[in-house]
Amino acid sequence: MSEFLQQLINGLSLGAIYALIALGYTMVYGVLRFINFAHSDVFMVGSFIGYYLGKIIPENTVWGGLAILLGAMLGCALLGMLIERLAYRRLRGGPTLNVLITAIGVALLLEYSGQVFFGATPRTFPSVFPSANFSFGSLVISSNQIIVIVVAALLMVALQLIVYRTKIGTAMRAVSLNPKAAQLVGVNNDVVISFTFGLGSALAGAGGILYALNYPSIDPLMGVMPGLKAFVAAVLGGIGNIPGAALGGLLLGTVETFVNGSQWSTYKDAIAFAILIIILLFRPAGLLGKFTVEKV
Amino acid sequence: MPRPHLYLLAALLAAAGLSHFSDRIDPYHLDVLTGIGINIILAVSLNLVNGYTGQFSLGHAGFMSVGAYLAAAVSLFLGPKILGAEGGTAVQQGFMFLAALVAGGLGAAFAGLVVGVPSLRLKGDYLALVTLGFGEIIRVIFQNVEFLGGALGLNGIPAYTSIFWVLAFVALAVFVVTCLVHSTYGRGFLATHDDEIASEAVGLNTTRYKIVAFVIGAFFAGTAGGLYGHFKMTITPTGFDFTKSIEIVVMVIMGGMGNTLGVILAAVLLTLLPELLRPVAEYRMIIYSLLLIVLMLARPQGLFNFKLGKAKS
Repeated sequence: MSEFLQQLINGLSLGAIYALIALGYTMVYGVLRFINFAHSDVFMVGSFIGYYLGKIIPENTVWGGLAILLGAMLGCALLGMLIERLAYRRLRGGPTLNVLITAIGVALLLEYSGQVFFGATPRTFPSVFPSANFSFGSLVISSNQIIVIVVAALLMVALQLIVYRTKIGTAMRAVSLNPKAAQLVGVNNDVVISFTFGLGSALAGAGGILYALNYPSIDPLMGVMPGLKAFVAAVLGGIGNIPGAALGGLLLGTVETFVNGSQWSTYKDAIAFAILIIILLFRPAGLLGKFTVEKV
Repeated sequence: MPRPHLYLLAALLAAAGLSHFSDRIDPYHLDVLTGIGINIILAVSLNLVNGYTGQFSLGHAGFMSVGAYLAAAVSLFLGPKILGAEGGTAVQQGFMFLAALVAGGLGAAFAGLVVGVPSLRLKGDYLALVTLGFGEIIRVIFQNVEFLGGALGLNGIPAYTSIFWVLAFVALAVFVVTCLVHSTYGRGFLATHDDEIASEAVGLNTTRYKIVAFVIGAFFAGTAGGLYGHFKMTITPTGFDFTKSIEIVVMVIMGGMGNTLGVILAAVLLTLLPELLRPVAEYRMIIYSLLLIVLMLARPQGLFNFKLGKAKS
């Protein structure tokens, strides 16, 4: 029983990170209807921003850790907006496949520039937050896991407030529902889409820091697998659906951790996709998505 | 195209002729040519699925790996039993290799059927994602099968692949795909691509077209995998990951979806590009990705697609 709880906690902290990355995918998909492959590399850049900030900001302090987190979020938000402005904006309204290939191009660009500028060898991420282990009976929870879960939960609540309680959030939902109609009632689509990219990328940046706290070896290709799995999580929950992305992330992280702890651990990279395929075959719109029939 | 069979015959003869002089060609150029040929087979076969039929598949490398492993297993495990310890004559080896390639292709086609039947109920991005998922699952399975070398892969595959085999299969793939889409039956692929609902309304079985495209595409991906394995003499599961699938998809899109000639040119260009950029090795992937972005921004209909306004999502 205690092992089950232990695995559950490990799984939730991994799942919370997947959820943060998945939110970025799902928001961009919501407004632009395409898979932003570069998102997983924005996540990687977030980790590296944290790594370099860790050299100037004193380690093992709560305020220093928060400053690094905010720095990475800000840096990633700017990067995401820059990518949107330079690469995606001109292709808006064109065939989705071209945007997809451009996104793949941006992803490759970030990965290989990372290998040239950051170096291809893995770096050790500094321990930015003070760390401790709390044990309850045989249950061990590290402070990093608590930080991950708390920060992720706070960010998700903040996102929910932004999307449902603010003017720009209303505009985001309007663009997602019908971009042309949104423009007709005076929404500036460019600003909204740019903001969506910034918001999603900031979450990816936070995800990058939180991921590196628990898996402190970072390299320029580190984003590929978590990114792919986070995207699976977004689809699992119903793409374009914000609570769905959070649910999908938590579910995926938990299942993966349990598989990793079993005799099937070498199959852990396949399990995410197996779940995805099964869910899509029975509920093609994802767990929380609405199924729409195509009209002629 | 009149008399396509004659073209195929001419291409096969040309391949045999070129292969006869292959020892006079610089080995490096021969290697690059082999790589180009394998990529053409992959791109042309994916073009049937992604371009002509409009089903966005991101799992082509998975089918390639099934073919590569099966063909290598045939050569490695059955080969010595059939050919004997000495390895047999060149002709015997040739038939052995052909059998291995066909086995690889059929295995991949079967995988295509198994993947295609459930996933083709999905559309667009969902289909792309499920095929990507299947590709990754196939890779993880190969990583875990001890019999096939696990994560280390298979080594010591006989180097049967010669320029003749590569060019012959390029010719065959181009022939089959071209004849298929230009046949009466094959118009159904284009119809499925253009408007699925309208095709169904006039009585086409679009599901069957999608599956046929998927299976034929997978068959040629499997033979390309077999050629690749017997060319590199070693295969590992990581060689067939999602990046490889993306590489093939990029060739198809750059060539202009559903344009066989363009796709061939794109495959040639994209295989040559990393070779040409070798002097600036450190920056070559950066240049590659930048070119990709710039091309998509500047020529969204594909680099080699000269029919304006034909690019469709």
